[in-house]
Amino acid sequence: MTDDTDNRRRHFLGVATGVMGLVGVGFVAYPFLASWRPSARAMALGAPVEINVGRLEIGGLLKVEWRGTPVWVLRRSQDMLETLTMPEVVSGLRDPESRQSEQPEYARNTHRSVREEFLVLIGSCTHLGCAPLERFEVAPADLGPDWRGGFFCPCHGSTFDLAGRVYSGVPAPTNLVVPPYTFTDDNTIVVGLDTEV
Amino acid sequence: MSATQPEVSRKLGAAGRLNEWVNARFPLQKLLAEHITEYYASKNLNFWYGFGVLSMFVLVIMIVSGIFLTMSYKPSATEAFASVEYIMRDVEYGWLIRYIHSTGASAFFVVVYLHMFRALLYGSYKKPRELVWILGMLIYLALMAEAFFGYMLPWGQMSYWGAQVIISLFGALPLIGEPLVEWIRGDFFISDITLNRFFALHVIALPLVLVFLVVLHIIALHEVGSSSPDGVEIKENKDARGVPVDGVAFHPYHTYKDVVYITIFLILFSLVVFFAPTAGGFFLETANFDPADPLVTPEAIHPVWYFTPFYAILRAVPDKLGGVILMGAAVMVLFFLPWLDRCKVKSIRYRGWQYKVALGLFAVSFVVLGWLGLMPATGFYLILTQIFTVIYFAFFLFMPIYTSMEKTKPVPERVVYHA
Repeated sequence: MTDDTDNRRRHFLGVATGVMGLVGVGFVAYPFLASWRPSARAMALGAPVEINVGRLEIGGLLKVEWRGTPVWVLRRSQDMLETLTMPEVVSGLRDPESRQSEQPEYARNTHRSVREEFLVLIGSCTHLGCAPLERFEVAPADLGPDWRGGFFCPCHGSTFDLAGRVYSGVPAPTNLVVPPYTFTDDNTIVVGLDTEV
Repeated sequence: MSATQPEVSRKLGAAGRLNEWVNARFPLQKLLAEHITEYYASKNLNFWYGFGVLSMFVLVIMIVSGIFLTMSYKPSATEAFASVEYIMRDVEYGWLIRYIHSTGASAFFVVVYLHMFRALLYGSYKKPRELVWILGMLIYLALMAEAFFGYMLPWGQMSYWGAQVIISLFGALPLIGEPLVEWIRGDFFISDITLNRFFALHVIALPLVLVFLVVLHIIALHEVGSSSPDGVEIKENKDARGVPVDGVAFHPYHTYKDVVYITIFLILFSLVVFFAPTAGGFFLETANFDPADPLVTPEAIHPVWYFTPFYAILRAVPDKLGGVILMGAAVMVLFFLPWLDRCKVKSIRYRGWQYKVALGLFAVSFVVLGWLGLMPATGFYLILTQIFTVIYFAFFLFMPIYTSMEKTKPVPERVVYHA
């Protein structure tokens, strides 16, 4: 029973085997974790959708589905557009310039859209994804005399103006998201394709 | 030795010989003795100590009823809702199996919450039972995930929108938030793909984790021994045979008493299953009787009652990331309990007024937050939610201070009966 074991060698081999094993586990884990990403079919189903807005009345809201989320197209009247610059509206907003909010560059403006008239939004609250309600009336009883029209989330009480900009003091952190979209002609919006600037 | 062996065997009957054959190959007798017939627990365990056994009993109910539900359920967005209705209407006794499973989910949280409260009453998380507590907390986390995935499967409105709210919580994390949410969903929205993977997690991944953790929890418990309502360590006082003088064997003494608890539990459980399976919208929410519709949000979204205390804490902060962090902290802080509590005395019977008051306030805040989680988060309700969230966290944050100020009563040498 003479101890002629080379313990350093044994330790090195043990650690080397363990490290190689871990590298192997890492490589094998990758395909399993990657399998959770949207599949090719999910990607294909998330393709752009075409919306005909020609027959949408002024002040009307159109709801369509894109990637399983509601996309809203609001055709704003001149009165509605005027509310966007009213001091009592702007002073109450958390992010009036849409600095922290999610929208394509071409929709980062006061009216948050390509064409002033048409507002395109993802109709899902930036707080926890509920669908806000359209509350376009001025000064209703439940929303107070300062309300100039906008969107109200029934889940946790977040409020947004007529450009989907969030008011401060509500749980939603940012303005409603503007999806990528483009006009292919005067009356057709394609959601999911970017506007070439 | 080997010469006498055959003679002994000849005296045994067939069962005895089989027993001997097995035990030469598998430590059956040894395992039974260690964990059942020669596992000694304090002889004065009160009813609070019944909720551990009841939790295991409910786990068995859930696994068995769940297996049978899986046989008729279809995990697809187009078929899930209809398949649950099929179970309820067309499958023989399908309604019973499903109501057992849905009531069992709530019953699981009832017994687990009471089991955890027992630990708070009698200091069961204290040295040397820190790992028993931590393993128990891991079981609780796995159970919450299991319940969340299970609630999504009927694919009703509340299944869908509840999942929408919970999954989007991860979106609050800076930078990785959105890609993480997309990775969890496997799609750009909660879809068939999400439902299918949550089904896999609910019926196989998490049940395996749960059973594995329960085994670890019990091994750890049996290593250090059960606590007692007096906080007396029965192992410190053994007789000549090495048996704790204040202990009685788990079987038959505790098991026979546990049969009574199980009977009482089953009476209450059956009352719910047969007479009030929805529990007035508490166990099965009314909005969930409408099929999932991604374009229409229900009037008010709130989780089932067992998550509402944490949901209330989430809504207490008017900031998304802040709310998510606070809610996570509300669960995670429990892991640190063994080190936050500086008092040497385990049982509430001999502890000072500080801990008694703090625990009382904590229990009240948990229940009130549970109620507030069902209410709209506006005005007066929001202020109440914020007050009770502060009380909830104060219990933990100030624990190192008030527990070191406690004037404790002397702990007896032997267990006592409070008849």
